[in-house]
Amino acid sequence: MTDQRLQSIVSTLLITGVVLSAAVVLIGGVCHLVRHGSEPADYRSFQAVPESYRSLGGVIHAAGSFDYRAVIQLGLLLLIATPVARVALSLVAFTLERDYTYVAITAVVLAVLIYSLMGQR
Amino acid sequence: MTNLEFTPLVFGISAIAGWLGALTGLGGGVVVTPALTVLLGVDIRYAIGASLVSVIATSSGAAASYIREGFTNIRIGMFLEIATTLGALLGAHLATRAPTSVLSIIFGLVLLHASWQSSRGGPPDVAAEVPDPLATRFKLDGAYPTDQGPRAYHVSHVKSGLGLMFGAGTLSGLLGIGSGALKVIAMDQLMRIPFKVSTTTSNFMIGVTAAASAGIYLHRGYVEPVLAMPVMLGVLAGSTLGARQLAGARVRVLRWIFAIVVAVMAVEMIVSGVRGTT
Repeated sequence: MTDQRLQSIVSTLLITGVVLSAAVVLIGGVCHLVRHGSEPADYRSFQAVPESYRSLGGVIHAAGSFDYRAVIQLGLLLLIATPVARVALSLVAFTLERDYTYVAITAVVLAVLIYSLMGQR
Repeated sequence: MTNLEFTPLVFGISAIAGWLGALTGLGGGVVVTPALTVLLGVDIRYAIGASLVSVIATSSGAAASYIREGFTNIRIGMFLEIATTLGALLGAHLATRAPTSVLSIIFGLVLLHASWQSSRGGPPDVAAEVPDPLATRFKLDGAYPTDQGPRAYHVSHVKSGLGLMFGAGTLSGLLGIGSGALKVIAMDQLMRIPFKVSTTTSNFMIGVTAAASAGIYLHRGYVEPVLAMPVMLGVLAGSTLGARQLAGARVRVLRWIFAIVVAVMAVEMIVSGVRGTT
């Protein structure tokens, strides 16, 4: 794979991730407002969001039962996954190029991202 | 206020923040959090969670077009991301332990720096004469397109660059910002990478850096979807618009307006942090 080809694929991946996640967030947001628009919005005092919105499994489960707050969260998870997918793609590209120094570097970054996403508290 | 009134208001504020952030090159994340806390009284932890998510959206969106232009150095980005992501993990862990008053004060100081940076504009390029052996080993040296064809550049001070990037990552994770200004300083001033390469590569790294701390924020329950929704969509809309107008002439005036607004918010955050009212 040439560097230019990689650049083009990375670019497409990033734009797709952003557009897709924004669409999911928008749909979830509009549906949520239609249903809960007249409820009060108060974010003055902090209260951690419920457990079901904090993990991929919980979010998918809640979104599946038409909890629109979870649909928004699913869109946000897609967004967070976009740069992670970009790093994973770079790992494949560097492997194909047999650039093992960069395979190692990319693997470290990917490991840090996965550690963060897999629910370290 | 009801959700139906609050959401458009947050969307509007976020759109303005994203627009100004794109025009001045400082990023929207750094303005969204103080705007939400100072203007709307939102708890700083909710604001940080929402702003962090918006940072991923804008940097990924902008990176998509910068990469095609050929300025972004993917190897430099990947290499330095080791430092920024580890820093981001540290920052996110610190954020959940630090009192909100401390977060507010640190945020205020970062804003003061952003304000100063905005009033000054971009510094001139200083090219690296001698390549750093580490840069050669990690193939960091590159070339960028000019009207007269590709121009090669060297990278210097790789070790101290990594150190500063770790710091930028920590601030990003601690405050939910992109830390673009600090990343550019590390690359442009210290590592002597050409300005345009520095800004585009910094932007490229911001999404990955923010994703490293976003996971932790999400698991801790800082990302409130109903608040993050208008913030993310607003900043994204504003910065997309701003990036298209970038060539416009009145950027200098805007930089000054931005500098003043940011300075006022900085003082506001520091004062409320010291008083313990956040």
